[in-house]
Amino acid sequence: MGEVKLFFGPNHPGMNGNFSVHMYVEGDIVKKARPLPGFLHRGFEKLMERRYWYSNIALIPRICVPEPDINEACYAMGVEKIAKLDVPERAQWIRMIVLELTRIANHLMAVGGIGGPIGLYTAPQWGTADRDRILDIFEALTGARVYHMYIVIGGVRKNMTPKIEDMIWKTLDYIESRLPDYENLIFKNRILHSRLKGRLILTREQALEMGVTGVGLRATGVEYDVRKVDPYLFYDKVDFEIPTATEGDAFSRVYLKFKEIPQSIRIIRQALERMPQSDKVNVPVSKGSALRRIVPEGMAYVHIESTRGEYGFFVVSDGKNKPYRVAVRGASYPQGLYGIEKYLPGTRIEDVPIWLATMDVCAPEIDR
Amino acid sequence: MAMQELPKKDFFAPLKAWKFLGKKPVTIEVPNKVKREASDRYRGFHINDWSKCIGCGTCSKICPTDAITMVEVPGLVQEDGKLPQRPVIDYGRCSFCGLCVDICTTGSLQMTREYIHVSDNAEDYIYMPTEKGLNAKRGIYEHGKAPIGWVKDKDSDLLDLERVEMPVEEPEVRVKSFMEIVKGYSKEQAMKEASRCVGCGICTYTCPAHMDIPQYIESIYKGNLEEGLQWLYRTNPLSMVCGRVCTHRCESVCSVGIRGEPVAIRWLKRYIIDSIPIEDYDRILNIRPEKKDKSVGIIGSGPAGLSAAYFLATMGYDVTIYEANGRPGGVMRYGIPRYRLPDEALDKDIALIEALGVKILVNMKVGQDITFDEIAKKHDAVFLSTGFGLGRSTRVPGTDHSNVKQALPMLKMIRDYLRGDGPKPPVPKKLIVIGGGNVAMDISRSMARLQTMEYGEVNVHTLSLERSYEEMPADMDEIEEALEEGIEFHPGWGPIEIVIENDEVKGARFKKCLRVFDENHRFNPQFDEGNQIFIEADMVIEAIGQAPDYSYLPQEIQEKLEFFRGRIKTNEYNQTAIEWLFAGGDIVHGPDIVHGVADGHAAAKGIDMYLSNK
Repeated sequence: MGEVKLFFGPNHPGMNGNFSVHMYVEGDIVKKARPLPGFLHRGFEKLMERRYWYSNIALIPRICVPEPDINEACYAMGVEKIAKLDVPERAQWIRMIVLELTRIANHLMAVGGIGGPIGLYTAPQWGTADRDRILDIFEALTGARVYHMYIVIGGVRKNMTPKIEDMIWKTLDYIESRLPDYENLIFKNRILHSRLKGRLILTREQALEMGVTGVGLRATGVEYDVRKVDPYLFYDKVDFEIPTATEGDAFSRVYLKFKEIPQSIRIIRQALERMPQSDKVNVPVSKGSALRRIVPEGMAYVHIESTRGEYGFFVVSDGKNKPYRVAVRGASYPQGLYGIEKYLPGTRIEDVPIWLATMDVCAPEIDR
Repeated sequence: MAMQELPKKDFFAPLKAWKFLGKKPVTIEVPNKVKREASDRYRGFHINDWSKCIGCGTCSKICPTDAITMVEVPGLVQEDGKLPQRPVIDYGRCSFCGLCVDICTTGSLQMTREYIHVSDNAEDYIYMPTEKGLNAKRGIYEHGKAPIGWVKDKDSDLLDLERVEMPVEEPEVRVKSFMEIVKGYSKEQAMKEASRCVGCGICTYTCPAHMDIPQYIESIYKGNLEEGLQWLYRTNPLSMVCGRVCTHRCESVCSVGIRGEPVAIRWLKRYIIDSIPIEDYDRILNIRPEKKDKSVGIIGSGPAGLSAAYFLATMGYDVTIYEANGRPGGVMRYGIPRYRLPDEALDKDIALIEALGVKILVNMKVGQDITFDEIAKKHDAVFLSTGFGLGRSTRVPGTDHSNVKQALPMLKMIRDYLRGDGPKPPVPKKLIVIGGGNVAMDISRSMARLQTMEYGEVNVHTLSLERSYEEMPADMDEIEEALEEGIEFHPGWGPIEIVIENDEVKGARFKKCLRVFDENHRFNPQFDEGNQIFIEADMVIEAIGQAPDYSYLPQEIQEKLEFFRGRIKTNEYNQTAIEWLFAGGDIVHGPDIVHGVADGHAAAKGIDMYLSNK
């Protein structure tokens, strides 16, 4: 039996977005795998240099569609770091709430998303439906469900009302009440166990060598989470734990994501309780209209913990009203490009989407 | 953390699923019949209140996807402070970020909670928002009934509504001398103020001289002042003067000023001029006109005369100005007090005009030192800009007394005295000023300074017919500063008589004014004769308006000219009924410096056309 070239792209339910892998297979064993990005390239980094500091907020959430807020937060915090801007305290708590809500939403989608490649179709239904409850919060808070464009330079765009706070409390209670069902129905399911347990193991050395962060690294026993190792916002003022595992296999990666959901709920509840009342949630970066606000000369790297790992923005300003350079460190870059080439050969065809799903390969952030 | 293990096989395990029978489904049907309403802040389709929208185009500037184009609307008339264009949004590009709403200068642009619009015609997605909103096909709401979604609030507002404060001298200090009050912006302050501008250009339309305001403000923002100076001199050779004492109509229509404080356009202009030394002007402006063999005579060296002279000189004409007074500048030299416009500022503007080859003949009163016919014979065209030199009187009993003065001659006397050109003016211990305009403010404040210098205290009562500060024609800044300097205002009083005892002014009696203008907006004051007051004073100064003096014009010229309410009628190029005679400034448009500058510019163009075709 000879080698067959196989195209594995958006035609497969396990593929994340407009991304594809070209594989050479012998039987159902992958011999060679080559990631093929480029279909989503929109030149975000270059486009940002042509837009005002403030109008970029319409562009940056698109770098990662399911988790837009991390982009907004990184960008805003980068600019604030250069300009040494004091962001109102309430705005920082709101940012934390937004970031954790999006983490829950994204983890729900990931737990649901694993259903596609393995054929456990209750999971996507549940994950998507429960994620929608969080999108409802986003719609009320930010005015849009997916591209929130809410975290902006100097704070957040609009204040959180008591009605929205109440909505968050109720939604968190609901999501929490659903977690045992997820545990029972999905994580005790034979299909999940037989397809994920002991599969696609990434060892600690391999993860560290490639620069994999997030659950990919934490599943190998390394307790690395930017929220703990280099706390931003008020993550050092709230109690939460970082779940880790030692197996390094696909199952532990998904399970860790699921286990992070209660931790995020914990963080949000603390934030809602400790957030001060204030009607100021935004300060301008400099005097002037948004067309002419300038950021002083300088550069800054800001990293935060996304659901896929360490996510970073490197922002350079030459003192004008547009950025000189913005570079993005996409968290799924190592596992999405090098990981596929290096660690997929030797596995079976049906393992390929599992790699993409459990490693959270996000095509637009590779293709920025 | 312990990993989840696969549970042992259990016969009853599948029955667990039965518990979901009693629960509401997690996934729900896409609501087809009941339409789902969006949240209160939803960023849906746009609406634009045309009664508020001024067509400034700021929405289109911030738009990150270039989805907004400003389109001229046929039939929409150009009004003061509005442009006849409105935004058109291409929903094929729009990303619904709402930045256009957040930066809208007027607050007219908002977003509704309507989010469904289905059409197979691509044109249906290019839409000019009105107050009714998009007629959304298969939308949730009826046309015009969609509730408002995203609106800006103070956190999301992207304009800067607060002006950079101009440093001014404290009232206690400034009332002791004629030092200039306004200190001027520093580089940093000017940059900050310039960054508030949105560059809409509505100011340009409103400025009588149509100055390129957004362009020179942008030059300041970019730090390129030389370019800024070039922009200034394209339309206004008296930028130094206008940067200090212009009536700044541009600021009254400034789009940033609709919700906040307008951009300090006048102070920014002044900043450019103050920052560049006069020696550099020649290099920066680089005016090298080709000389023409025709000459133009200008009577009066006020704003209009100097402006016409500058533009004619840049076209290459030989220009001569005839000035009756000892120094050029007209009202700028003899009317406006020194604390608002120092001589040095004016000298700088005049020096440049003289450097272009314009001859200014001072002490040359037409009709006395030279006849009008001589001037007419000597030049190919003549421009009249003699201004309003005569004061008006209330003509109440007692105004013929020698201690009842006119504001303009007094202001001239004070300026001459301060320059060392003339004697000290009489300084009364107690003074009444009649009038509510800027000239009344000028004389009140000038006399307050002289009183402080002489007696150490201010005693000036300023009375006007207008019954409130808002009604008074004077600038609010002027009134506020005058109040700070200790001047007492009595708005809403009309004079009855000047009380004279033993041939000395003792004061004046006033009656309450009930209204100034009648229903037809004509000056027709009504008084309450029973309500009177008496104010003590040793001197009364009338500042109720000025009038032109045409006595220098020969009878046959006066007969040929057309007049309207004492002003000379001209065409758009300031040409009078006599084709070689042009006129501008106060005698055409009434007292206003920047109008004079504009008239000078228009007349220069008209004269050039007339002489080129001759």
